[in-house]
This record gives sequence, structure tokens and C-alpha cells, in this order.
Amino acid sequence: MDQAQLVLEVADLTTRFDTQDGMVHAVNNVSFDVRQGEFLGVVGESGSGKSVTMLSLLRLIPMPPGEIVAGTVMYEDQDLLEVDIDELRDIRGGKIGFIFQDPMTSLNPVLTVGYQIEESLKIHQETTADVREARAIELLELVGIPSAEQRLKSYPHELSGGMRQRVMIAVALACSPQILIADEPTTALDVTIQAQIIDLIKDLRERLGTAVIWITHDLGVVAGLADRVVVMYGGRIVEEALVGDLYETPQHPYTSGLLGSLPRLDQKGEELVTIEGQPPSLYNLPDRCTFAPRCPYVFEKCLEESPPLLQITDTRRVACWWDVDKEGPRDGQ
Amino acid sequence: MDSDSMTASPPAGSVDGEILVRVRNLKKHFPILGGLFRRQIGAVKAVDGVTFDIYRGQTLGLVGESGSGKSTTGRVMLQLDPATEGTVHFENTELTATKGEEMRQLRPRMQMVFQDPHASLNPRMTVASIVGEPLREHRAGNREERKQRIDELLSLVGLEPSHANRYPHEFSGGQRQRIGIARAIALSPDFIICDEPIAALDVSIQSQIVNLLEELQDTLGLTYFFISHDLSMVRHIADTVAVMYLGKIMELGDVDGLYNTPRHPYTQALLSAVPIPDPKLEAVRRRTILEGDIPSPANPPPGCPFNTRCPVAQERCSIEVPEWRELTPGRWVSCHYAE
Repeated sequence: MDQAQLVLEVADLTTRFDTQDGMVHAVNNVSFDVRQGEFLGVVGESGSGKSVTMLSLLRLIPMPPGEIVAGTVMYEDQDLLEVDIDELRDIRGGKIGFIFQDPMTSLNPVLTVGYQIEESLKIHQETTADVREARAIELLELVGIPSAEQRLKSYPHELSGGMRQRVMIAVALACSPQILIADEPTTALDVTIQAQIIDLIKDLRERLGTAVIWITHDLGVVAGLADRVVVMYGGRIVEEALVGDLYETPQHPYTSGLLGSLPRLDQKGEELVTIEGQPPSLYNLPDRCTFAPRCPYVFEKCLEESPPLLQITDTRRVACWWDVDKEGPRDGQ
Repeated sequence: MDSDSMTASPPAGSVDGEILVRVRNLKKHFPILGGLFRRQIGAVKAVDGVTFDIYRGQTLGLVGESGSGKSTTGRVMLQLDPATEGTVHFENTELTATKGEEMRQLRPRMQMVFQDPHASLNPRMTVASIVGEPLREHRAGNREERKQRIDELLSLVGLEPSHANRYPHEFSGGQRQRIGIARAIALSPDFIICDEPIAALDVSIQSQIVNLLEELQDTLGLTYFFISHDLSMVRHIADTVAVMYLGKIMELGDVDGLYNTPRHPYTQALLSAVPIPDPKLEAVRRRTILEGDIPSPANPPPGCPFNTRCPVAQERCSIEVPEWRELTPGRWVSCHYAE
């Protein structure tokens, strides 16, 4: 995995929304990268900035009120935040595919499934109608939709939630993207259907070698899928680690709190650990650590300065002044 | 808690503990109207013959996928929708035969907490009037006593008395759910139906609400019917679990037994589909991936409702409806082949 080449490098991405109620600091100095064929999990609660981060990469946020204030998104030696819009359109849905949470609102209800898959091929590749149709059938079969040929003529409302999500995946995969960004793709689905979709994505990734960025609020889902996980809180990355390390030795108090608050299917626990208080408001960007009001380890430094995302080992970054291993303030800070 | 008291075994045989709610062969069919004269041309069998007992002071968890009839079961139990068939007993009163003023007298003893705290609180009412409404409605105390009770309720659910004059929109999702819980416990009920009470909340807030519900259960001696699609949370909170599929209960038993050794193929598949937040375990876990979707309750398959997706279905399963049988004491299952 370490040898694989970087396909996406995001640095210092900062996105704000200028709303009537004030400035919303949705994404603040977010940096991460993705390697060829890697599975990156992005975990966070609502309002943590995980979706806005991904939308910002492809400039898909409404501007205004949104504004990408700073940062670079390097893909194939070009900065996606700088390239002109035609070039970006080639990349969106072409080399970078996107799957949204709710397939009911992101598929067009008045167009057939076949049309919506072929549309993306039409835009991105110079092909004939026959070739496109053949490819669309192939894609529907790939994502496990039975009697694919007939299904091309179906409208989204004729399909179940799980089937619609499969269609979304087929649309996203149409042009064989190098990177697939999936924003809570299974959240709206029942658990048995979620298992089908997870199984499908695993299988596709092995066969196609696509890098996947999977956004979720469910630490359970990424445990079995991801190579590496990024945890977001209050518009910032608070921890990043290889999947095994993150679950075994979480370094950020938010990560350990989140893991502790999850009931386990495989064991009957005692009282659940809770993270007291509420997720932060993003209206005012505090000078202190965003997690400080809810943190059990909070000390003076946390209230004076927001911790940067520190590289603590080769594969691990954490934004916290407290060192959980040492049970004291972090060295050199 | 000893294992005997956790068994829920309808019909009641030799069990300890007092049964608070007894549900027998409960059905709710919604008519499908059609044609020129809007005649009934079919029925959505949302709940199709469920039987279980809920013991005083315990929690029965009802799990299932969307469309399996969980919420309808809860609503019919409280007579919010009339039952099509079957009975619900609350202590010794048959709710399904109780109407009007008599039912109204019973209402304070059974309450409901809803899924969406945004939709279930009136945005134009202050917290005090929301929490105080059941008290006014059932004429509990004078104005001064009610005010005192509201303060007491707010502190019970972890809110400040100063919150009383605010409006729901000023609160976060978790706090709003606390308001909904305060309203539900206002009249000191015995029994509360929690219909997906945490589904709309963030992960870090879910555990706060579940801990609160457990705490209130201990201090107030509440009995819960906990409806949820979150199997991990049900394992945490429930004493007994019923697994529902397409209007019928597939399996019922004490929580540890059912999660450790599920007997019904549907329960097995459902449990194997739930991700566990542990990468090492996930790497070695074997999943039963079910094919297809849950069939429409307007047109359920003949025989066992699960036969179209069941990995071990035989010919018999698509013909004969399996009997609801007690496999081992306290463990009930609806499958021809479960053992």
C-alpha cells in the first residue's frame, strides 16, 4: 500500500458559507491524500464537514454562499481548484465518480435508468449509441441488477432503494473512474441491503482497482472496508490512522469517545460511555480546540490554542495537545 | 437478573415476573381501495398475527427492516390505530375492547416517544407547555403544582428549569428528544413505547439518550417496548427481543440467547449483516448476504414470508405457513426447519 502512487493530494482546504446568520466555517485547513486503489474512510457526525470537504474537491458546493477560501487539490499535476470549469467537468463523473447518499433525489425521476447511465458516457467519451447501450447493460450486470437489458428502460421509481443505489454506483462507474467518492452511500438503506452494497463495492474495488473515499458516520461500516480512516470533527480532521490502529489505540479523545459510545452487536456491554455536550456550532471559529468543551482531558493549553494536526508516526496524525499514551501534555508543544 | 425472568414465553407457561402487556395474534390490515366505486381490492398486511408478552420493568426490543410493521405494531398496541384482529391486554384490561372515557382513563399509564423530535414537538409551544400538556389534559394538580412538576421533569431528563420558557427550535436534536421523553413520563406511566427514539440523532448523542432511558427505567420502574432497526443498540438495552419480517415475528427470545445463537435463518442473516466496529473481527467474519429486497406487504409471498430470500428454503416453505413454536423454553421461532 505504501508503494502505491498518490492519486489525490488535498492541502489546507478551507471552505466557508456566508449565510444570513453569519459565517459558517464548514471546512478548516483539511489536508489528506489518497493512493492508487486505496480505501479511505472518512468518519464524522453531521456538521463535521465531511460532505462539504468532498463537494469542495470538485467545486460542487453552491457558490455563493459557499466559498473555497484556501487550499489546493492536486490531481494529475493540476490543482482542481484552479483548472477551468470545462476541464473540471471532464474530471467530474469521468476520472472521479461520485455516489450520493439518497438515490431517490440524485437520480432524475423522469429519465430512464439507461439514459442516466449513458448520459455520462456520452459526455465523457466519443462512442456510438450501440456501444453506450452495451456498456450500460454491462454496468448494470456489474452492479448486480438482474435482467439488465429490460432494466435500462425502467424509471427510478420502479426500483427499490437498494436497486436505485446500485444504479447510482453504475452511473459513477460508467467511465471507469480512478477515484470513487461515496457520500454515506448506505445510510438510507436497510442493514441487509447495506451488506449487499458493501459487498458489491468491495468486489468492484478488487476487480477495478479504483481508489474509494467512503464518507460515513458509522464506525462499524468502515472497520471492515477501509485501509485508512480520517476522523473529522467541527470542520477539521482530528485524527488519521491505519484502520487497525485507529480502533485499537485511538489517540484523539473524540475518537475514543465515539468508539466507546457504540453498543456492540457481539457483546452485551455495561453502561455506554457518552461524549457529554453537543457538537460544536461552526459559526464562530474558536481560538481553542473545537472539542475542548466536551473533552475529558481538557487543560489550559486546549483553551488557548487550537491544536494543529501533528504527524506522530509515519501513518498517523492527530490534532490534540494531550498525549494519551503518556497521560500528559504532548512533548515539544 | 436471573435468566428465568428474562424469558418471554407466550402463551405464559411457568415464568417468573408479572406480565404487563399481553399481545395475542394481533393484526392490522390497511385496505387498498380501487376501481370505479373505490371498493376494497386488497389489503396491506402491515401486522399479520403477532404474539408476545412484555414483563413489568423489562424491555422488549422489536427489530426489523423498514416496512416490516414495527411502528404499526406499536401504534395498534396503544389503540392509536384500531386493530383488525387479535387482542392486547394491559394488566387485566383488554385494550382492544376498551373505548371512550374508559380508554382515556388508561392513557396516562401508557405513553410514546417518537423518532423525530423535530416533528413530534409543536414549534409554537414552549417547553413548559409541551411537557405540561399531559398534566393539563389529565387535570393533574393546580397551576403551581404543575409548574413544580415541569421543573422536576426537566431535571429528570437532564435539562435546566430555565429551559422551560424556550421553544423547540432553540434546542439540538438530542435535547429535543429529552423534551419528548419528559412529556412521555409526565403522568408517571407504567409503559412507554419508544419508536426509533435514537434513529434521527448523531452517534455521540444516541448513547446519551439510551443511558437516560435506562436510568429512568431504573428510577421510575418503567416497562419499555423499544422499536429499532439498530440491532447493536437493541442488544444493549433490551431484555427480550422479537425479530419482525413482513408483518410477522420470525423469532423471539431473551437477548443474549437470540444474539449468540440465532435460530431463524432471517435472524442469522440480519445479525451477520450488521457491521462491528472492530477491523480484526470484520476481517474474519462470515456474512450471509441476502438476495433481493423485502417483498411488498400488499402482496406477500405464500407460505413463510421469508421464503423468497431464505438461503435454506425448501419447497414446503413456499406452501405452508410455519407454525409459531417454542423451540426451547422462552425461545419462539416461526420456521419449519429451525432447530
